[in-house]
Amino acid sequence: MPNLSAGAVTKPLSLWRRAMDLGATAFAIVAAVLVIVPLLAIFVYLLIKGVGALDWAFLTQTPKPVGEVGGGMANAIVGSGVILGIASVIGIPIGIGCGIYLAEYARGRFGDIVRFTADVLNGVPSIVIGIAVYSLIVVRQKHFSAFSGGIALAIMMVPTVARATEEMLLMVPNNVREAAFGLGIPKWRTTLSITLRTASAGVITGCMLAFARVAGETAPLLFTAFGNQFWNKNPNQPTAALPLQIYTYAISPFDEWHRQAWAGALILIIMIVVAVAAVRITTSRGTLKGAS
Amino acid sequence: MSDDANPLNSPESPEHTQQPMTAIPTLAQAATERKTFAVSSALARIRQSHPRSSRIPDAVFKVLILLTAASVFAIVVFVLWELIDKSRLSLHQFGLGFFVGHEWDPVNDQYGAMPFIYGTLVSSFLALLMAVPLSIGVAVYVTEMCPMRLRAIISFLVELLAAIPSVIYGLWAIFVLAPLLRDYVEPFLAKTLGWTGLFTGPVYGIGMLAAGIILAIMIVPIIASITREVLTAVPQNQREAVLALGATRWEMIRMGVLRNARIGIVGGIILGLGRALGETMAVTMVIGNRPEVSKSLFAPGYTMASVLANEFTEATGDLYLSALIEIGLALFLVTLVVNALARLLVWSITGGSTGRVRA
Repeated sequence: MPNLSAGAVTKPLSLWRRAMDLGATAFAIVAAVLVIVPLLAIFVYLLIKGVGALDWAFLTQTPKPVGEVGGGMANAIVGSGVILGIASVIGIPIGIGCGIYLAEYARGRFGDIVRFTADVLNGVPSIVIGIAVYSLIVVRQKHFSAFSGGIALAIMMVPTVARATEEMLLMVPNNVREAAFGLGIPKWRTTLSITLRTASAGVITGCMLAFARVAGETAPLLFTAFGNQFWNKNPNQPTAALPLQIYTYAISPFDEWHRQAWAGALILIIMIVVAVAAVRITTSRGTLKGAS
Repeated sequence: MSDDANPLNSPESPEHTQQPMTAIPTLAQAATERKTFAVSSALARIRQSHPRSSRIPDAVFKVLILLTAASVFAIVVFVLWELIDKSRLSLHQFGLGFFVGHEWDPVNDQYGAMPFIYGTLVSSFLALLMAVPLSIGVAVYVTEMCPMRLRAIISFLVELLAAIPSVIYGLWAIFVLAPLLRDYVEPFLAKTLGWTGLFTGPVYGIGMLAAGIILAIMIVPIIASITREVLTAVPQNQREAVLALGATRWEMIRMGVLRNARIGIVGGIILGLGRALGETMAVTMVIGNRPEVSKSLFAPGYTMASVLANEFTEATGDLYLSALIEIGLALFLVTLVVNALARLLVWSITGGSTGRVRA
């Protein structure tokens, strides 16, 4: 081939062009490697430092006073569960409702406004949401609470869930809806038990991703859930949360607390990776591919 | 209603036989009448089994759904209102001078936001400087160069990078990145690039540079995933056309792909910027938290988000709190504008569906 193409019709590639091509390829590969390296580094460190610090006491005990070795984050793990539960109970229904509106009812301008607002809300810094919830609930109640933390996280879940639900509902073919209407099923029933159910795999994906996203949120909890060194069963009182506890321990000057921060981070990342992986597995089996 | 043409259906309806015949109908008329009878009787049966079906529940459902949709709108308005309302004191006291004042002195009730605005802008700019080439590189590699099998793995890993909570990035940055910078990278930079003035002064590890690097790692997945989406949206025949003209692969990517996708890529970059501006925890943990404007990137700084995280719960005095909330308001407005701009750009490429942007 080179002999033929080197004739009058085509010139061989100039050295410059070949070098540029090679250089670009090399750059792309280096970029890919550079992006992956921090990820691997973070996971390796989490495993090394976290597994070493993880023991049974960590999962079952509350924090010990400064200077004493041992203790754990049991109250923070449970507290995180409570806050996330409150957030899911409030945020997911509103998000799904909003997604249904966007996909099934939105006509014209108001739909566009809602869609745009949801996207903008998605980009609002979490700490700003924390401030707003602080001045709405905490200031009026005059104390921090798991409840206010849950509301702050719920606000952050709504746009993610809404957009995922909308996208999944729009993927449901229209003749499914028409068939349901043809059977005389009212619209609300069609939407809930037929359209939404067909899209359920994708909608669940969206909910899990929103959940994973807020599970590690710290900033909005600083002024709402606040944290707590002891067991607290009342959601109307300051409550410990895993990310908050990691933050407090990480910036502290004590080695023992640093060790526990790594263990807490390992627990947190395991929860999140399990959620994301579960989503991947369920959606790859479902009929409608999820958002990922 | 496909069953109205079914002849077996008509004998089932009792009304049909009871209808009086006033005139002798033509064959066609009879057929249409049979149809309407069948339909109306079917409707009647549905109405009997579902009395007043669908009307009221449908209306209730619609109102509920409308309420949830309106609540999203209401949340944004409420956040904005709350911030404006609570920062009124500081707005009156300092006016626009708040944003250029260098003094942040809670003891004497003097507040100027300049050091924080500076810190936010510089750390975000540093992050973009590092993240943009990397994420475009990774996106190009994944869409244009890489073997099919690697493609899914790399996309998954980049996605995973987005799922790591910012407090864990911060933890890693404090205990791994900062010592690494302090012991190796910063002395090297000081020796080779010290003459620029950007890399001078004592080396702590913690400071503006560390914040920029950790932010870059955090925004790479956002920019990369949007760029990948936009690149995938470029029609295949664009690539083929450029290749057919004898271009190398890089020339094809540059002329056929990147040029077509540039608006969307810019949208993705702005979206990453929005995330970097508002990022709190990881930055707070490594930036050093000192309200100073310093040319050297080794020096500690402070950002708008981290001053909120650190001082908000400790703020004593109404003016102090109000000044902090005003910083929050400024942050909110800036990210609002930045995100709106980014959405419009990305929408103009992908046509409304922004895909999964979990920024």
